[in-house]
Amino acid sequence: MTSNEQPVLEVNDLTVAYRIGDRWLEAIRDINLAIQSRQIYGLVGESGSGKTTLAMSILNYLGENGKILKGSIVFDGEEISRYPREKMRAYWGSKIALVPQNPLSSLNPTLTVGEQVREVLRLHLKMTNIEAQQKVLELFERVRLAEPERVARAYPHQISGGMQQRVMIAMALATSPRLLILDEPTTSLDVTTQASILDLIKELIQGREMAVLYVTHNLGVVVELCHRVAVLYAGELVEDAPLEELFSQPMHPYTHGLLMSVPKLGQSKSEQALSAIPGQIPALSQRGQGCIFQARCPIALEICSERPPLEKVNEQHLTRCYRWQEIAQGEIALEALFEAEGEAMSMAVPISSEKGTASALDAQGIVVEFEGQRSFFESITRRPARKVKAVKNVSIQIQPGDTLGLVGESGSGKTSLARAISGLNEPEAGSIRIYGLPASPKLSQRNREVLRRLQMVFQNPEEALNPFMTVGESLRRQLFVLQGIRGEEAQRKAEEMVQAVQLPVEVLNRRPNQLSGGEKQRIAIARAFITNPDIVIADEPVSSLDVSVQAAILNLINRLQGSFHNGLLFISHDLAVVGYLADQIAVIYLGALMQLCRAADLFQPPFHPYTEALLSAVPSVELGRKVEAIRLEGDLPSPSETIEGCPFHSRCPRKIGQICEQQAPPWRIDESTQKRIYCHYTLEELSQLQSKTRYSGL
Amino acid sequence: MLKYLLRRFGFLILTLLITSMVVFVVTQLLPGDVARVILGREAGEAALQALREELGLNDPLPVQYTRWLTNFVKGEWGKSYSTKTEIRPLVMGRLRNSLMLAGFILVISVPLAIFLGVVAGLNENKPIDNAISIASLAVVGLPEFVTGLVLIQIFSFRLRLFPANSSIRPTTSFVEALPMLILPALTATLVLLAYIARLTRAGVIEELKQQYVRTADLKGLPYRTVIYKHVLRNALIPTITVVAISMGWLISGLIVIENVFNYPGLGRLMVFAIDRRDLPLLQAVTMVAVLGFALSNLIADILYAILDPRIRLG
Ligand code: SF4
Ligand code: SF4
Repeated sequence: MTSNEQPVLEVNDLTVAYRIGDRWLEAIRDINLAIQSRQIYGLVGESGSGKTTLAMSILNYLGENGKILKGSIVFDGEEISRYPREKMRAYWGSKIALVPQNPLSSLNPTLTVGEQVREVLRLHLKMTNIEAQQKVLELFERVRLAEPERVARAYPHQISGGMQQRVMIAMALATSPRLLILDEPTTSLDVTTQASILDLIKELIQGREMAVLYVTHNLGVVVELCHRVAVLYAGELVEDAPLEELFSQPMHPYTHGLLMSVPKLGQSKSEQALSAIPGQIPALSQRGQGCIFQARCPIALEICSERPPLEKVNEQHLTRCYRWQEIAQGEIALEALFEAEGEAMSMAVPISSEKGTASALDAQGIVVEFEGQRSFFESITRRPARKVKAVKNVSIQIQPGDTLGLVGESGSGKTSLARAISGLNEPEAGSIRIYGLPASPKLSQRNREVLRRLQMVFQNPEEALNPFMTVGESLRRQLFVLQGIRGEEAQRKAEEMVQAVQLPVEVLNRRPNQLSGGEKQRIAIARAFITNPDIVIADEPVSSLDVSVQAAILNLINRLQGSFHNGLLFISHDLAVVGYLADQIAVIYLGALMQLCRAADLFQPPFHPYTEALLSAVPSVELGRKVEAIRLEGDLPSPSETIEGCPFHSRCPRKIGQICEQQAPPWRIDESTQKRIYCHYTLEELSQLQSKTRYSGL
Repeated sequence: MLKYLLRRFGFLILTLLITSMVVFVVTQLLPGDVARVILGREAGEAALQALREELGLNDPLPVQYTRWLTNFVKGEWGKSYSTKTEIRPLVMGRLRNSLMLAGFILVISVPLAIFLGVVAGLNENKPIDNAISIASLAVVGLPEFVTGLVLIQIFSFRLRLFPANSSIRPTTSFVEALPMLILPALTATLVLLAYIARLTRAGVIEELKQQYVRTADLKGLPYRTVIYKHVLRNALIPTITVVAISMGWLISGLIVIENVFNYPGLGRLMVFAIDRRDLPLLQAVTMVAVLGFALSNLIADILYAILDPRIRLG
C-alpha cells in the first residue's frame, strides 16, 4: 500500500447535520479519511459517535432530515456528495456496495433470496436470468452456503441469521465493487457465527482491488481484519492510525480508555479492576466548542475548551489532543488515567470456604418448557401441544459472595433458566432453595421473604423501572413492599443506595426517561440491591450499553457484591466479560450445561469441545494472539427438534462418532479442580487433543 | 401451506356451524306464532295445531335444528310464508343481483383507491397527499344515504345520465342493467374508496421505512423497480386482504344503498323477510349472507398466504 496511489475514497472536512425540531445539529464534524485500494479501514465508535451517519454520507444516502453542511466525498477522483439520488443509482450496487447490520430486515421478506441477488446481476452485469441464476449459485458457493440451490429458492425468514448475512455479502460482492462498506455486519450474530463470517469476509476481500470501510464498535473485530483504524467519538475523528500503532501506542485518552475498558479473555477481577471512562457521550445538542472529550477527560487543561486540531504524530498517525506529546513521551501515564473506582475488589472466594453454611442459591434439576405451535388437527383433538424444552434438567449452586457466570449464545436457554429461577417463568420441574429456604416455582406463591432474597437485573433496565414513578418512589416502594420500611428510614436508605451506585442524590426526583441508559441501569441495580438480597440474577446487564459505560457498570456490580456478600448469577454471551467477573463458570448449549469450572480454569485445557469453539470464536483485542481456529459448522438446531445423545453432536468439531448421537455423555470430573465436562471424551483425551490450543497467559 | 389452508377451512366450517345455530335460535325467538302468521288471524285452534304438527313446530329445538340444517344443505329451503313461492330461486336471483353490484363496485373502487393510496403514500405530507387525505376523510364522514341522494340529484335529475331507480328484474340482462348499476356502485365506491386508499397509504408509508427498501435503493435499482417490485409487493398485502374481506359486506351489507336506489339485492330481501316475519326466508337469506362473509374471509386468508411467504411457508 503506497500512499502516492490515488485513494479510492477520500472524505474531506465532512460535516453533516440532522434536523431536530427546527434546528440543524451537527452529527459529524470535519471528518477526513482516505482509503486506498486493497486497504481495510476500520471505523470504530460507540453508538452516538456518528459512525453510521458517516457511512451513509459516503453512500450519499442521507434521509431528508440529514444534510451535508460542508466538505466533499471524492470517489475514484469524482466528487459525488452533491449528486442527486437518480445519479447515484449508477454507482450503488455496482461500484459502491453496502453490507448492513441487520440482514433479516435488510432483505425483502416476499422475494426469494436468489431473486434478490439475481436482480443485481441482471441490472449491473446485464446478465440474462439464466446466467444470473448460474452466477448466484457460484456466489453462494463462494460465501460457503451449503446447498446453494435450496438457499436460492428460500425466502429470507427460512434461513438463519448467519446465512442471511452470507447472502448479503454475496450480493455486495457480486459486482466486484470498488468500495465496500460493512456496517457492523456481525453485531446481530452470535459469537460462533460471527467468527465464521469474519473468516469469510477476510478471505473474500483480502487482496482484491477494492477499498473497504469496516464500521464497528467492537475493537476485537478490528484487530482481526483491519489495516488502519479511525476512532470516532461524538462525531469527531479523535485518532487515526495503522492498526498496530493504534493498539500499542494510542495517542488519545479516549482511545486508550476504550481499549482498557473492554475485559480481555482471561482477565479477572481478582487481578485488576476495569478502567472505566466516567460519564457518557454528549448528546447532539450538548456538543460545545471545546475538545469533544473534555467532559470525560481526566487530563483536561484550560486550553481544552478550545477545539484541538487533528495533529500528525508521524506520517501515518493522527490524533486530536493537545497533550499527545506528553503522552508520547510517557510524561502522562495512560495506565493510571482511568483509575478504577474503589481499590478493594472482592477477592475470589474459594469454592468450599464456607463450610457448613447452605448455598446462597441451590437450583436442582430445572426444566423449562414452552408450548410449541399446535396444528388445527391437534387443537381439535385436544392433543397436548408439543413441548419445546428450553432448559433441560440444569442444576446450579452459588455460594454466598460467589459469582456464577452463565455463558451461552442466543437460543441456549440461559435467559429461560434465569427467568425460571426468579419465578418469572414457571419451571416444569426442579427445586429452588435460597439458603435452604425453598422458593415456590410460581412467583405469585413466593412470600415476601423469598422475593426480598432473590432479585433480578435485566438487560433492559426499563423492565424493572416504572416509567411513571420517580426513582425515589421506585426505590421506596421496593423497600415498603418487601420489607415494610417506609418514611424517613426508606428515604435514607434510598439516598444511601443511590450514592452507592455513584449517582447524585438529586436523581431520586427524576423519572426514568430523564436518565441515560447507563444511569437507568445503575438505578435498576440499586433497586435490586436495596433490600439486601441473598442472590442477584443479572441477565446481560451491560449488553445494551456502550462499551465505555459497560466497564463502570461491571465494576459497580462487582463492588456492590463485595459489600453485600450476595451470590450473583451473571448471565452473558460474552466470554471475556463472564470470565472477568465470575468465580465459577457454567457453559450452556441448547438448554443443557456443557461445562462447569472455576473461572481461572476456563482458559486451560481440557475444554468441552463447545467451550473450545466459543473461546476460539472470540475476536481478541490483543494483537498477535494466534490460536488454532475452530469453527462450528451449521446452525443451532431448532429448539423443537429432539436431540438424542449429546446436544452438541450436530455441530461438534471433535465428534467421536455414533456414540455421540446415541448416548447421553457422562460428566467427566477433575477431582483437584472440580472442573466438570459433559462429553464422551475423558479429560485426558481432551487435554491431549487440545494441547495446541491455549488461551491463558497470551 | 396445505396445513394452513386446512386449518382455515376447518375454521370456516366451525364458524358456519356456530352461526347457523345462532341464526336458528334467534329466529325462533322472534315474537309471533308461525302457524298464525301463515293461517291468518281467523284460523281456529285445531287448524293451527294441525299445521304446527305438519311443520314439526312441536318437536324439540335440537331436532328442528338438525332437520332445518340438513334440508338447507340439501338445497331444500322450503317455501316462503309470505310470497308462498319457493325460497331458493328467490334468494338466488337476489344473490345474482348483489354479486353483480359487488363486482361492479370492486372493479371501480379498488384500482382507483390503490392508485390514490399509493400516490399519497409515496408523497407523504406533500400537497398531493394532503389533498387526497382531506378529500377521503370528507367522503368517509358522509352517510351512504346522503351521498346516494346527492348523486341522484346530480346525475339523474340534473344531468339525466343515469336512472335514479335501479329496480332491475330477473330478466334484465347485464348490459341493460349496467346504467342502473352505476349510481349505487358509485355511492358504495365513495365509502370504500376512502377506506382502502387510507389503508394503502399507511401500508406504503410503513414499508418505505423498512430497511430492505434501503437495500433495494443501494443496489442501484431504478426508482420504479424499487417501488413496484419491492415496496408495493409488501405494502399491498393488507390492502388486498381487506378488499377480499369487504366482499362479504358488499354482498349483503348494502341495505341502505339498496333502499335508496330501490335495488333488488340480498339486503333488501332480508329487510323484507324481517318485516313479514317470514322465518324460512329470513333464515335462508341470513345463511347466504353468513356464507358470503365466511367465504370472503377464507379468500382473504388464502390471498394473504399466497402473497406473504412468511405465512405460506411459516
Ligand atoms: S485535548 Fe484536552 S480534553 Fe481533549 S483529550 Fe486532550 S487533554 Fe483531554
Ligand atoms: S460427546 Fe461427542 S459430540 Fe458431544 S461434545 Fe463430546 S465429542 Fe462432541
